[in-house]
Amino acid sequence: MIKCIGKSVLNGIAVGRVYVYRSGKFAPVKKQIEDVDKEQERLMQAIAKAGEQLEELYQNALKTVGEEQAMIFDVHKMMLEDEGYQADIKAMISEGCNAEFAVQETGDKYSAMFAAMDDEYMRARSADVIDISGRVIDILSGVGQTNIDSREPVILLAEDLTPSETIQMDKSKIYAFVTVHGSASSHTAILARSMNLPSIVNTDVELLDKYHGKMAVVDGYNGEFIIDPDEDILNDMLAKREKWLKETEELKKLIGQENVTRDGRRVNVYCNIGNVEDVDRVLKADGGGIGLFRSEFLYLGKDDYPSEEEQFESYKTVLEKMKGKKVIIRTLDIGADKKADYFNLEPEENPAMGYRAIRICLDRPEVFKTQLRAIYRASAFGTASIMFPMIISVEEIRKIKEIVEEVKKELTSENIAMGEVELGIMIETPAAAVISDELAKEVEFFSIGTNDLTQYTLAIDRQNQKLEKVCDLHHKAVLKLIQMTVENGHRENIWVGICGELASDTSLTQTFVDMGVDELSVSPTYVLGLRKAIREI
Amino acid sequence: MKTFDYTINDALGIHARPAGQLAKLVAGFGSKITIAKEGGADVSAKSIMSLMGLGATKGTNVTVKVEGPDEDVAVKAVEDFLKANL
Repeated sequence: MIKCIGKSVLNGIAVGRVYVYRSGKFAPVKKQIEDVDKEQERLMQAIAKAGEQLEELYQNALKTVGEEQAMIFDVHKMMLEDEGYQADIKAMISEGCNAEFAVQETGDKYSAMFAAMDDEYMRARSADVIDISGRVIDILSGVGQTNIDSREPVILLAEDLTPSETIQMDKSKIYAFVTVHGSASSHTAILARSMNLPSIVNTDVELLDKYHGKMAVVDGYNGEFIIDPDEDILNDMLAKREKWLKETEELKKLIGQENVTRDGRRVNVYCNIGNVEDVDRVLKADGGGIGLFRSEFLYLGKDDYPSEEEQFESYKTVLEKMKGKKVIIRTLDIGADKKADYFNLEPEENPAMGYRAIRICLDRPEVFKTQLRAIYRASAFGTASIMFPMIISVEEIRKIKEIVEEVKKELTSENIAMGEVELGIMIETPAAAVISDELAKEVEFFSIGTNDLTQYTLAIDRQNQKLEKVCDLHHKAVLKLIQMTVENGHRENIWVGICGELASDTSLTQTFVDMGVDELSVSPTYVLGLRKAIREI
Repeated sequence: MKTFDYTINDALGIHARPAGQLAKLVAGFGSKITIAKEGGADVSAKSIMSLMGLGATKGTNVTVKVEGPDEDVAVKAVEDFLKANL
């Protein structure tokens, strides 16, 4: 039995035989050809065939995964038909080079051009050029790309998969993807999710021929890929898979239904997202809004602060896609544990209690104002709300409001359109929960962040595995603070939601509904499960 | 020959989809249509790869040149397209 760990892209279970997939690509060898005209014709036939394949892929993808994901194939087709690209290949052939090598060289040249560009988006296009060139080479050399020669479905194990490989595979023959490379936000991961295939990327596994045909399990809940599982694990996983499939089918029936208890109490079920692409999952899961839009993705992994324009475009895209449904953007929540170098944060003994989140924003108002301007500008394109993290006092809220007013005044004087924006705060410090009666007078909503609230209340570092046993996630102290916050909010007629992990814990749904919680914000995966729990109360 | 200048306003710059649409649009004209970044070489607007290869990000000034039998119609079509999409 071999257990490999990776990053799960979908909660689900797959059991089946391993199919070691190596893409048919091999580096073509340069050959001298005699009949140049015949070689040119061979090239044009291969390009025409590739064009047909891409058209078919585009049409297929339109039906199965929607326009957004399908677009890539339309772009590939246009790149394939590019006159400059084709002219460069033909020029090499006319000098006596074989078509395969000419396509490879030209593809590499264009790919290098994109790879050298400053813009991240453009750099990513270099993979597209390699993809289309590979397609033409495969046709020229007669390599059938993605036929899985197995009668029963398999768990496909690969180094990495291009978008066209992923979508081209016969889905009835695949239970799951496991790749050595790739990230949870790669095309393959996104497609796997939309095809509902439990898959693991960035897996700690070697692509060995001896694994081919071996029984294996993909446990998407734990990000595990187990080759040759023992009988107990196998039976356990088979049972879990049955359960998962049945639940998935049952839950789909709840799309379009209301989140209402049997006695008529309504709860909003919103989603937590961490980047712009996640919105598609929210829409697919039938989320009623976005209860927590983490804005950190704009700041992390960059060399410098994100511009107002860049932020504006991201917020605007999300607001437009949500078509008027509420989108709550949380302002920057960065600290010494989650940091970007250009912030020049000093290392801290205790970053969870350190210089972070709103404390940085109020200390560096220029950073804060850029974000607020971007959000207010985007607010004209949907229903935007803003919430502020790590609040401990009324004074902080007053300072925030002063800055918000400045921003609004500036934008008004620049004649920039804005929408109505609700302002709220995260209740994630015990201090905020205890004085929530005073804070409720200052804002329009509360969103309880249970992860931090739990760690600060119990004084337990949740990253410390040794403390897992003593960390009671349902600790009375935390539940009492939540109840108090809800009551204090309602007394001032503002709504109160929960956006931490506890929101998706269905063993607490009844408790939260009884407390009068107005909104639960969870990862898109949990929307329908939570809806089911609410409807059963 | 007709020519005009334009400043890219799209946040992503000349990216894949509009580049493809523009290439398709100009392929329908008989005129020679090129585009250049300030101080850069002219590239064919009929090529999606060349258009993307410009690396024209938001705020970049580009010059469009149109020369040929249908240049009057073509220059208008390209200008309208840029204003509407980029």
